[in-house]
Amino acid sequence: MQWETVIGLEIHVQLATATKIFSGASTRFGAPANSQACAIDLAMPGTLPVLNSQAVDFALMFGLAIDADIPEVSVFERKNYFYPDLPKGYQTTQLEKPIVGAGRVTIETPNGDNKVVRIHHAHLEEDAGKSLHEGNFSSQHSAIDLNRAGTPLIEIVTEPDLSNAIEAVTFAKKLHALVTSLGICDGRMAEGSLRFDVNVSVRPRGSETLGTRTETKNLNSFKFMEEAIIREVDRQIDVLEDGGKIVQETRLYNGDTKIARSMRSKEEANDYRYFACPDLLPVLVTEERLQRLRKSLPELPEARTTRLVEQFALSQQDAQILANDIDLTSYFESVAKQCDNPQAAANWITGELIGRLNSEDLELDNSPIDAGQLGILIQRISDQTISGKMAKQVFDSIWSGAGEVDQIIRQRGLQQVSDSGALEQMVTDVLSKNPAMVDDYLATEENRRKKKLGGFMGQIMQASRGQANPQQVNQILLQKLASMIEASGE
Amino acid sequence: MSLDKDQIQKLATLSRIAIDDATLEAVSERFSSVLDLVDKLQAADTLGVEPMAHPLQTTQLLRDDIISEPNHQEAFQKLSENIHDGLYLVPKVIE
Repeated sequence: MQWETVIGLEIHVQLATATKIFSGASTRFGAPANSQACAIDLAMPGTLPVLNSQAVDFALMFGLAIDADIPEVSVFERKNYFYPDLPKGYQTTQLEKPIVGAGRVTIETPNGDNKVVRIHHAHLEEDAGKSLHEGNFSSQHSAIDLNRAGTPLIEIVTEPDLSNAIEAVTFAKKLHALVTSLGICDGRMAEGSLRFDVNVSVRPRGSETLGTRTETKNLNSFKFMEEAIIREVDRQIDVLEDGGKIVQETRLYNGDTKIARSMRSKEEANDYRYFACPDLLPVLVTEERLQRLRKSLPELPEARTTRLVEQFALSQQDAQILANDIDLTSYFESVAKQCDNPQAAANWITGELIGRLNSEDLELDNSPIDAGQLGILIQRISDQTISGKMAKQVFDSIWSGAGEVDQIIRQRGLQQVSDSGALEQMVTDVLSKNPAMVDDYLATEENRRKKKLGGFMGQIMQASRGQANPQQVNQILLQKLASMIEASGE
Repeated sequence: MSLDKDQIQKLATLSRIAIDDATLEAVSERFSSVLDLVDKLQAADTLGVEPMAHPLQTTQLLRDDIISEPNHQEAFQKLSENIHDGLYLVPKVIE
């Protein structure tokens, strides 16, 4: 049977506020355990929540960016369940009246078409604390760090509009670019700033009814998300083709072992008894507020792509890569300005720089080579101080902390030899050492001689330890060979 | 409207409250009397009435995003029986 896949996503986005959604405690990542959990976060008796204005603004900015319906009034509710990392015994969230209503995000599918992914809604809520089940404490216990408790989130819920793992990952990347460009989330997935839950079901191709779905929770990398979807789709098809039934369940995917397992414990008590939170009043979103936010919206990735294409004459593909991450865009703009060669800047960044960052699992923030240095490096190629090949060596040296561009070129004597006297000598030496090659060249038909030049070039570049200016060498070599041909009486 | 014993037990489980058989009857009666009152409210004609999210006819005040809570970890953790390296220890929860 032919199967088709239906995927919907729920995305938890940690908002980049300084403080919690309902308290004035810091949200900084990586602080000592429980040092940022105040009386409100700990649910001490007598405390009351006060809503963070910035969290509301960030949620609304997301709504504006996806062209969503934004209702005038939204309401917080209590989702009741007991878990040690949730001190209040309920999560303050939104259900019936979320802050952001239906919107849409457009993605490009692998065959180049545009596809609209409908957003069902996005709501504001608080994050829970963290439970550690293994560590330097007795195996009878779990350990709780409540620093994260009360960190503001928006949960974004899509319609089941995605049809395969590639589309889902494309959408996820787009959303990542969007929230980081808006500045409402730092986008650090390894720190849990953006977490994806994936709802997957399969059905016979052409069927109108949805199959039973499973939910795989807390995927915090695009790679894991893609793997988890592919494996879950395969698993469901196997079960169905063997005559089995899909059980609606929550699953956890382990990216290291590539194994997903069922997590049924929470399913049983899946009766959250939501009700409007009496501690919080309805949130009013005024037209003035929306106007102010609309004016303050930064340039979004799509607009940035278009601008890079127009302003710097880059290809759509290069522009997209550079526009996806606002920091990368600024980095590119600084490099391009420094070296006055946008195409070379784009090539170096999309090739060498991104490749290196990825292979060493580094963020742009931690790049050993800053925009200024890369700009100067490209300048040194343009002004023919060094060859492109040498530039890669200099890049490597800066990467490993050897110093700055000009200093490295000077210290290691990497300057290109452009002194025509010296170059002529090198060419003459190589020609006189290789009479057989010269004879061969002279004996070759004119229109096929070009192919023979490589052998000479290689030897000359080698003799110069790569420092000869290749264009100049090429020119001198052609001249010398031409005069030899003349002398041989052709 | 009345609740049967199973429903009461389920609610008790969700609420992490232990109700023994001896008190089950009394609890059930009290629940039912509250639900009877709810039934009376349900009888009111609310067609076309927008539900209220809160009895106060006002809206939420917002707070500026400025850190205002100092670290009182030491004081808070004195209230807890079991602390390890700043973490609260609880009976193991298995997922």
